[in-house]
Amino acid sequence: MFNDLSRMGKYLGQAARMLVGMPDYDTYVEHMQNTHPDQPVMSYEDFFRERQEARYGGGKGRPVRCC
Amino acid sequence: MARLVSHIAWIALAILGAFALGTLALHRGESVNALWIIVAAAAIYLVAYRYYSLFIANKVMQLDPLRATPAVINNDGLDFVPTNKHVLFGHHFAAIAGAGPLVGPVLAAQMGYLPGTLWLIAGVVLAGAVQDFMVLFISTRRNARSLGDMVREEMGRIPGTIALFGCFLIMIIILAVLALIVVKALAHSPWGMFTVIATIPIAMFMGVYMRYIRPGRIGEISLIGIVLLLASIWVGGLVAADPEWSVLFTFTGVQITWMLIGYGFVAAVLPVWLILAPRDYLSTFLKIGTIAGLAIGILILSPELKMPAVTQFIDGTGPVWKGALFPFLFITIACGAVSGFHALISSGTTPKLLANEGHARYIGYGGMLMESMVAIMAMVAAAVIEPGVYFAMNSPPALVGNTTESVATAVSSWGFVITPEALDAVAKDIGESTILARAGGAPTLAVGIAYIMHHMLPGENTMAFWYHFAILFEALFILTAVDAGTRAGRFMLQDLLGSFVPALRRTESWGANVVGTAGCVALWGYLLYQGVVDPLGGINTLWPLFGISNQMLAGIALMLCTVVLIKMKRQQYIWVTLLPAIWLLICTTTASLIKLFDSNPAVGFLALADKYQTALNAGQILAPAKDLNQMQHIVMNAYTNAGLSVLFLVVVFSVLFYAIKVGRAAWVNPVRTDRETPFQPLLANANLATQP
Repeated sequence: MFNDLSRMGKYLGQAARMLVGMPDYDTYVEHMQNTHPDQPVMSYEDFFRERQEARYGGGKGRPVRCC
Repeated sequence: MARLVSHIAWIALAILGAFALGTLALHRGESVNALWIIVAAAAIYLVAYRYYSLFIANKVMQLDPLRATPAVINNDGLDFVPTNKHVLFGHHFAAIAGAGPLVGPVLAAQMGYLPGTLWLIAGVVLAGAVQDFMVLFISTRRNARSLGDMVREEMGRIPGTIALFGCFLIMIIILAVLALIVVKALAHSPWGMFTVIATIPIAMFMGVYMRYIRPGRIGEISLIGIVLLLASIWVGGLVAADPEWSVLFTFTGVQITWMLIGYGFVAAVLPVWLILAPRDYLSTFLKIGTIAGLAIGILILSPELKMPAVTQFIDGTGPVWKGALFPFLFITIACGAVSGFHALISSGTTPKLLANEGHARYIGYGGMLMESMVAIMAMVAAAVIEPGVYFAMNSPPALVGNTTESVATAVSSWGFVITPEALDAVAKDIGESTILARAGGAPTLAVGIAYIMHHMLPGENTMAFWYHFAILFEALFILTAVDAGTRAGRFMLQDLLGSFVPALRRTESWGANVVGTAGCVALWGYLLYQGVVDPLGGINTLWPLFGISNQMLAGIALMLCTVVLIKMKRQQYIWVTLLPAIWLLICTTTASLIKLFDSNPAVGFLALADKYQTALNAGQILAPAKDLNQMQHIVMNAYTNAGLSVLFLVVVFSVLFYAIKVGRAAWVNPVRTDRETPFQPLLANANLATQP
């Protein structure tokens, strides 16, 4: 029951962050560990800054917000 | 047997939807409950999702849940991330829902709620959701390429460049029209102005907090930000009530225009973490919250619709915007029924996160149905306020005068009886000095939202609070769009100009950046300024141009989808995208041609320019202009708008030309020629993607 609740909380937090274009950090870390164990993994702070710059920094192929 | 029972249940739902629509259409003279609109739309959307989108998914696209998506193939944990489908639904919806679906239906309500509602329902089911779904599908099969890239690859380099140029034009017009909505809402409104200015220090505080104090804590700082915003609305009320302070925050439309232009320029060169990102967080969470609140409010309150089902203005003589039902209703509603801008989100952004092709139907088709539901709610919000108030707010002063007496007389003479006292009372309720000449949809919607919230939640005299809350909520995401749009526009402009002056393409050079930003701000700023000083009201001309350009982009996207279907040798199904494409092309070209060549100066740009130029040559001044300067504004405006209409026609016809050329060649070719990326199987260990 409490497990379900905490899973639900994590899920909602992930959904809320995704609303503003911030992907899940744990997923990123897991991905790096599984597929690129040789490469350095960004800290959450660096990850956050990198993603913010990527989303809003403009440039080719960056999302344009809708009307 | 279970299948049969399920089909019977769906048929019952379809009958319920038809019955609700019938109730809306056939009740004349007595008021109808707003829930009928909601029931009709919800039932039809569910049935369309269950049957039509399934047909498209299985037969037309032949979605393959075993095929690896770009998110899986290129998974990097950053840009490409296979995402849970409900989480992605939220992301996609937040990206496509903006001011468009809220404002369009409010403006369309001048013809009554019925025509707009019918087009919202039919348009989204047959055109808008199909476009979003189809573009998402073809982009997913092309490694998440953008719309412009796909046009170039499938149809050729020239139409690709033309389509890019079209996107840039559309962006400039969107920025101008959105900024104009803000100007119209904030002019002479110290309360609104104070709260909107307050968002800048609030966003900066959030930005600094997220970067240096507690890096990356989006949740807690967004909560703090929202509390600060609500506090600023309360302080704004005190400011507006104080005679000395209120003067400091009272500005004319022209002053606000210059502030916005300056803001647009400065904001676009500031680092993104300082203002843009934190304000986008605020606006996104507020947007989702307000939409949810509005939905709950309408369901609990179940208000009566005060606007007639159909008004006399379907003949094209309406005060809010000119033009007959066909084609202008379809232009005005824009985003809630079909929006070309979504093609930019459905290609490029969302496909990079799609875990499984099978999810495309839920995200693409379902996400657009949800957006249309928001538009339906905006229509309800516009239809629950007194029609007299609606027309008083949205009619240009040139037509109805500047005083509550003259406005009340004019509006009452159209059959929407209202007294000057009632107009003053509404202004007092919402804490403003006047509600006259508040065109643009946002203030009207704010009154509707305030009405619903005020009746749903406890508290005395909360109308003014909710009105300014709604204005702030709209201004927030419009400012975010202006900010982000100027940045994106700058890159597009540098790219376009870079073809001639290569030095301008260097996005890391300060000089090139300033030139690009200034050019982009100057373009939308010019249109905005012209719209604000235009004595005829600006919205009147800019909104149709926006609608035309947006629907045209949708037409381009649907033409691309049709060409791709032919190239895939699925010719028997091209009607799915061809019919909506033809309809959009008919609507937009008819509307552009009418806007250009109609002999009525209230509708045709050239006739308007001609009329005022002739008078100007004779030294006369025609109302609503008050001096020669304003006469020149009107002439200049009319020529600018005529030029833009011509450009749109050129863009759409050249893409059409190439679509026909490429489509014909592919039709007679017996083999498949589309540029789909080769099939790769989804591996079993991609666990998220295999979830149903």
